[in-house]
Amino acid sequence: MKITLSWLKDHLETDATLEQIVETLTMIGLEVEHVDDRKALSPFVVARVIEARQHPDADRLQVLTVETGSGSPVQVVCGAPNARTGLVGAFAPPGTYVPGIDLTLSVGKIRGVESHGMMCSERELQMSNEHDGIIDLDSDVEIGSSFAAFAGLDDPVIEIGLTPNRPDCTGVRGIARDLAAAGLGALKDGDTPPAGGEGPCPVNVTLDFGDTDPLCLGFALRGVSGVVNGPSPRWMQQRLKAIGLRPINALVDITNYVTFDRGRPLHVFDRAKVMGDLVVRRGRKGETVEALDGGEYEVNDDICVIADDNGVESIAGIVGGEVTGCDEGTTEVLIESALWDPMNIARTGRDLGIITDARYRFERGVDPAYMVEGMELATRLVLEMCGGTPSEPLVVGYSEPERKIIRFPLSEVKRLTGLDIPQADSISILDKLGFESQGDGDTVDVLAPTWRPDIDGKADLVEEVMRIHGINMIEAEALPRTGSVNTRILTTLQIRTRKVKRALAGRGMMEAVNWSFISEQEAALFGGGQAELKLANPISADMSDMRPSLLPGLLAAARRNADRGHGDIALFEVSDIYKGDASGEQHRAAAGLRTGSAGLEGAGRHWRRTTTAVDVFDAKADAMAALEACGAPVGNLQVERGAPAWYHPGRSGIIKLGPKMTLGAFGEFHPKTLDAMGVSGPVCGFEILVDALPDPKRKATRTKPPLDLSSFQAVHRDFAFVVDKSVASGEILKAAEAADRKMITAVNLFDVFEGASIGEGAKSVAIEVEIQPRERTLTEAEIEAIADRIVDNVKSKTGAVLRG
Amino acid sequence: MSDLEELERAILADIAAADSEQAIETVRVGALGKKGAVSEKLKTLGGMSADERKVMGPAINGMKVRITDAIGARKQELHEEAIVERIARETVDVTLPVRQSPLEAGRIHPISQVVDEVTAIFADMGFSIAEGPDIETDYYNFTALNFPEGHPAREMHDTFFFNPDEKGERKVLRTHTAPVQIHTMEKQAPPIRIVIPGKTYRCDSDATHSPMFHQLEGLVIDTTSNVANLKWVLQEFCAEFFEVPSLNMRFRPSYFPFTEPSLELDIQCDRSGAEIRFGQGNDWMEILGCGMVNPNVLRNVGLDPDVYQGFAWGIGIDRLAMLKYGMPDLRDFFDADVRWMSHYGFRPLDMPTLFSGLSS
Repeated sequence: MKITLSWLKDHLETDATLEQIVETLTMIGLEVEHVDDRKALSPFVVARVIEARQHPDADRLQVLTVETGSGSPVQVVCGAPNARTGLVGAFAPPGTYVPGIDLTLSVGKIRGVESHGMMCSERELQMSNEHDGIIDLDSDVEIGSSFAAFAGLDDPVIEIGLTPNRPDCTGVRGIARDLAAAGLGALKDGDTPPAGGEGPCPVNVTLDFGDTDPLCLGFALRGVSGVVNGPSPRWMQQRLKAIGLRPINALVDITNYVTFDRGRPLHVFDRAKVMGDLVVRRGRKGETVEALDGGEYEVNDDICVIADDNGVESIAGIVGGEVTGCDEGTTEVLIESALWDPMNIARTGRDLGIITDARYRFERGVDPAYMVEGMELATRLVLEMCGGTPSEPLVVGYSEPERKIIRFPLSEVKRLTGLDIPQADSISILDKLGFESQGDGDTVDVLAPTWRPDIDGKADLVEEVMRIHGINMIEAEALPRTGSVNTRILTTLQIRTRKVKRALAGRGMMEAVNWSFISEQEAALFGGGQAELKLANPISADMSDMRPSLLPGLLAAARRNADRGHGDIALFEVSDIYKGDASGEQHRAAAGLRTGSAGLEGAGRHWRRTTTAVDVFDAKADAMAALEACGAPVGNLQVERGAPAWYHPGRSGIIKLGPKMTLGAFGEFHPKTLDAMGVSGPVCGFEILVDALPDPKRKATRTKPPLDLSSFQAVHRDFAFVVDKSVASGEILKAAEAADRKMITAVNLFDVFEGASIGEGAKSVAIEVEIQPRERTLTEAEIEAIADRIVDNVKSKTGAVLRG
Repeated sequence: MSDLEELERAILADIAAADSEQAIETVRVGALGKKGAVSEKLKTLGGMSADERKVMGPAINGMKVRITDAIGARKQELHEEAIVERIARETVDVTLPVRQSPLEAGRIHPISQVVDEVTAIFADMGFSIAEGPDIETDYYNFTALNFPEGHPAREMHDTFFFNPDEKGERKVLRTHTAPVQIHTMEKQAPPIRIVIPGKTYRCDSDATHSPMFHQLEGLVIDTTSNVANLKWVLQEFCAEFFEVPSLNMRFRPSYFPFTEPSLELDIQCDRSGAEIRFGQGNDWMEILGCGMVNPNVLRNVGLDPDVYQGFAWGIGIDRLAMLKYGMPDLRDFFDADVRWMSHYGFRPLDMPTLFSGLSS
């Protein structure tokens, strides 16, 4: 909402400065977003060309002698074709910044002749695009006076970011009322006496909604005949231009002016173009209307229209029709002021995609009590500017609005804000805002003004008192502490989320935050793409589906980084993935990715180690570290084949806790996945479900179990087994551990070897077993017995034989 | 006697000539070993007369002691020489670079870091952390929060919708974290003090708007909390979070359907330079919206607004991060550019706490 200072002062008697007004507006909830004090044009003065003569060295230039109103006349070189002796225009002295050419003038020589300033075109002053010649004014304008003041370009413009609850402030008068209540002056009388009229309105109006909900809550119409519709007066044009509107003709400008002056949208029909009477009704399928905005719209029975015998002439409360619009030829006008259902206007505007000043006001709720008076104001302006004879007003389907009554205990102000102000002050603030208090005592009945549809209950009244009294009058007061020391406040999932992030970052990985939505193709590639997870209005086609996995986002990030020349990176993300649209189907996942040579030790070549590409075991180590950080019992996890299809089937695995619970998967990616994602080179990754892990058991005490150390030295034995290549090494480790659960305390796989010496299809797996005696040192025979059991157990479980 | 002297001279010469620990050992065995020259001499004492022994005994034993000492001394000498030589041989170029620790290379995203900072502050004020789903029903995102159906306030939220289900209901991506207020109040009886960090979504994209962003919602419900307490909580939070000695703030009235009265909080700052500075300058920057929980919202969760009251606020986490740490463009937060993460990210051991400072 834009207003000008002079316009505001039409409604507000005040001595306040622009600064005070701006500051107050913001502090009472009408946030000022921008102020243009329009000082930029203050150096420009009205000046007269005393003499214009040909430039001695240039055919197209003239040398002017200009009377500027101060000092002796100055010499100006000018190229405008309309420059002539006697012309009165806008002069800029040296040192002036000229906005239209983005230049600060200095005294210069043009083809050898000195020029002391400039006579300007409208474009140079950013008044219009006019640049065929310099500004050419009537000769009676005072020489030396401010050009900006003459042209109405010095009226400061204040732009307010209006909140949707304040339709009353979509008019200058509502803003003035708020300022007056805040003590910045007095609200002037704004009542418009009826304009009277002769004879009935020339066109009849019926509201026809049959047995459907009426979409029109009142309709006022008046004809004015014998009007002359030329340009509106300059002051009106200047105000409209200042707030960003384009003056069209007096009748149209008047409707726009009242829209912004009172927050009351109006419409004018050219009587001569209306066929028969007007009917206000629902639109009918197939009907169309050419609107004043140049568009053609199809209506339906959810849209309220104003129709005549020719069909739809106007989309009610939103935009008028082209056919019956007013132009310079209009001699008979119909002025419409109506009330529309706000919800219906909002919906129609949204469905048709039309944004107009009328829609903006009607959908927020115009003052129902001002419907007829708005028409009277417009009538008076029409008579004043266009002449003519008014008819009697016609009012259809309207009933006086009822005012909402709120029972208001004045103590609510203190209860909700902490402000301790006298009850009379609260009542006085409400009075100034147009509320009416009835009764006295601690609780009063407050009648809300008809222009405040936002006022609903006690809390709204408290807000009115608070914002006008001043929020800064409220002293901050400490929130009482709840206890002496705050206890643990995070949930297990939140703690795990924090830990796994820090653990992965501690492994040299960088945390990414990727979009929750990805392309349909990527979603389908990673097991998603369900209909219920597709956005109806995605911001772009590649952000259409809720992600089923964090990996596509990370792979896309890896591709972008590689495109920038960073092909060895380690990324992770800990965030949510979506398996369905129910709240239980959103899961917290942790995923990571390594590309190129970005292993745990770092990326790139290094003199101590040959560079190796990342592989499935880097991903496995990351996955295990992530699970460990989440508190998973890493010793009890099982790793198996069977990772999802986006992984390389031979170089990936899943991690399970027990036979049924899968915690995640890791591995290198399927070559097809990488192709589809546009990623090349070695890439490995993992994804675990942080919320799949069961909550840890709450223990009664934090005491750790006693440390049980044996006083006997542990014995280490190495075994090398030859086994079929397809046998999982994990099975050998498991079988060795199971050989003696009491004595065997560790099994470490230290070598895997395949080669001709082992035989086709076989591999050698070497393990070191730690045997820990508990009660006494073991004899050689006892150790041998355990070793035999290890060999037997491994053989029976895996078919492995001791390597000879 | 002369052959004894001759022998001693010869052995001492061998000792002196020995140039390695192995050579000296050979000399020792040749002289003092079982069959060594000196041992052989000692064996001859048995066949001597008492008088002869009186003379030869001390002579031979004296020689043995001297030779033993000489061997020991030479051995020590050679051992030290060997160490010197070994050190020379083992010397390396210590200027060769080592790998950076992964702890130094890894990064925590500024959003995670700021959430941890905020958590530290509100934990101290007695708040818990709540969370809720990103995909919401219209009821939780709007209706329960007093956004009437079709109200223009809904239009302020550029909402992402899902396709309607069989019943014609369409879910939304939550446009704010406020729905978690409703979930919390439905589950938990007052008193309530929670903050809710989370992802939020609006169809909007430019340097300061992103289709996905992060919010921190706060909610206090009890029987006494009012605007004065709200001001205190947010003033304390801002001063603590921005870690500046002084911060000028102003609250001004605003409008949110789910609060009444509603306020916005601005921070005074200087935006004239390349970076924003707080505690100086003439500009005001809006940083959050807040207010007293609207009585209709309380009614919607079955709380009597004449008994219970409280306040709520919502603040952009990404915006907090940008203001505090100076990232110029919100879109970079979601680009996963390793150069950006390396520059603006945090090391994994930089854990924000109040006792060690939020950012050290």
